[in-house]
Amino acid sequence: MPHLHDDTIKELEEKANQIRESLVDELVTAGSGHSAGPLGMADIFTLLYFHVLNHDPRNPDWPDRDRLVLSNGHICPVQYATMAHAGYFPVKELKTLRKFGTRLQGHPHRTSLPGIETTSGPLGSGLSQAIGMAIAALMDDRKNYIYCLMSDAEHQAGQTWEAAMLAGKHKLWNLIAIMDRNNIQIDGFTENVMPLEPLRAKYEAFNWRVIDANGHDFAEMHSAIEEAKAVYEKPTMILAHTIPGKGVSYMERKFEWHGKPPKPDEAKAALAELRTLGGKIKSEHE
Amino acid sequence: MSINSKAKLAENILELDKLEQAPTRNGYGEGVVEAGERNKNVVVLCADLTESTRSEGFAKKFPERFIEIGVAEQNMASVASGLNAMGKIPFISSYAMFSPGRNWEQIRTTICYNERHVVIAGAHAGVSVGPDGATHQAIEDIAITRVIANMTVIVPCDAIEARKATAAAAEFAGPVYLRFAREKTPVFTTAETPFTIGQAEIFYEPDKKPDVAIVACGPLVHNALLAAAELEKEGTAVRVINNHTVKPLDEKTILKAAKDAGCLVTVEEHQINGGMGSAVAEVIARNHPVPIEFVGVANRFGESGEPQELIKHFGMAPEHIVAAARRAIQRKG
Repeated sequence: MPHLHDDTIKELEEKANQIRESLVDELVTAGSGHSAGPLGMADIFTLLYFHVLNHDPRNPDWPDRDRLVLSNGHICPVQYATMAHAGYFPVKELKTLRKFGTRLQGHPHRTSLPGIETTSGPLGSGLSQAIGMAIAALMDDRKNYIYCLMSDAEHQAGQTWEAAMLAGKHKLWNLIAIMDRNNIQIDGFTENVMPLEPLRAKYEAFNWRVIDANGHDFAEMHSAIEEAKAVYEKPTMILAHTIPGKGVSYMERKFEWHGKPPKPDEAKAALAELRTLGGKIKSEHE
Repeated sequence: MSINSKAKLAENILELDKLEQAPTRNGYGEGVVEAGERNKNVVVLCADLTESTRSEGFAKKFPERFIEIGVAEQNMASVASGLNAMGKIPFISSYAMFSPGRNWEQIRTTICYNERHVVIAGAHAGVSVGPDGATHQAIEDIAITRVIANMTVIVPCDAIEARKATAAAAEFAGPVYLRFAREKTPVFTTAETPFTIGQAEIFYEPDKKPDVAIVACGPLVHNALLAAAELEKEGTAVRVINNHTVKPLDEKTILKAAKDAGCLVTVEEHQINGGMGSAVAEVIARNHPVPIEFVGVANRFGESGEPQELIKHFGMAPEHIVAAARRAIQRKG
């Protein structure tokens, strides 16, 4: 199994930090939107767009590209920030997030922004769409992978399990789902709002391969994805354990930051932390 | 009898015992096989109702392009969206009560707002579902589909038109809702009867200026023709329009009818609130207000019974259409 080179990890960490900075800027300008989830998923988005995905930002409709379906569309600020850094559109356009006339709608809209594979936001319908793509790819003997990023709390929606059942039935080996297991949702901690565990046993019972991984460890996430690609009998669910608000200490693990942006002074503190630590994320691996 | 010869309808269309009878869902079954033969990207999804939605023919002929979803209509709608993202043309089949009933938000967001070409085939619409009762009688489906931006809504009047509408939906761009019925109803159009999405057809046209125009959709178009013949006997001149496409509405044909006749009757096996009649009223109110009488279900749920018994009970039989026409004419003053 190919391992990530240390230099690659370092580059990805630096990229993730830049993306977090853009994200904080983007949110504070927008004045509304979600903070904790996007920050918590910055590392995974960075890994996907800068190392894993077979894609071409200059040719977003290329038919053989891998597909990335963001089921929990509310964390789109991190997707937008990552896509901008990857070259899909200018970084300065991030300032238009949620503003009238923007291509960066409050929840992603496919036909507004090239590179967005599907309109999303209402929770629980992304996995179904990714499955439709995966089935079609297998029907036509295509080689692309379908990635589906999901939240943990959307596993409280029945449609998610309808979809999980279908993916198991069709043994969709080209489908790799990644769950942002950050334990928070709008009303509180998931296990208090509506317990989700045992998630591994649930997915295994639906005939999926399940891999646990630290969502902030590039090497571990990368090897989880490589392992998923090596499985030809089943779809894979990677339970990515993440820290909501990761990188901004006053937001970390706080469900209060699920659905709101930082105010300007709070953003200043967040940016100072991200920049001066150079950052905190990097230090964990040193 | 003022049957419009240009409509190329079947012979003896007013003699029920001489007409072939078939449910419109059969036309779907034939049309979807035809679409599958023409285009290898056509796929059919079904939610555990393969035989009764008439998806069976396709499933047998193209098993590799048939996907059994199980009892999961919400999943079915979004899976279809994903299939279309990769170039497939999915038809999703279930009873109208569940699709577009149960999966409305998935249809709205993942198909219509997402601009996906998915065809939603809703079988068992209307009270004529019969003995199964109100839980399975969709009488709100036209309202909830026509309200969604980007959606096209088609209600075929017989099995032949249903086949044409199904084949046409495969060639169309964008989401389409096709409404079908369970019960056998008269087959009164022919292969030569014109059918174009968005173009209403005049089936009955008097040789003088009409006193009233009846705008109908679905199998009740036949009841509208029977009502027209009855009214004609009294010396009332009637135009009957087969308004198979509820959205986008053929405003030109509807407005011309309002101008020519000075009053309208709308006929549909659906709630009066929000249905095809409401769509007609919106256009009339904006452009050329005239009296309109609405034949349909009046803010009630269906119930168990024999189809014809229920059509009568809920006020959609030919005699009810005749009475509505008289009221409309009277209101012209």
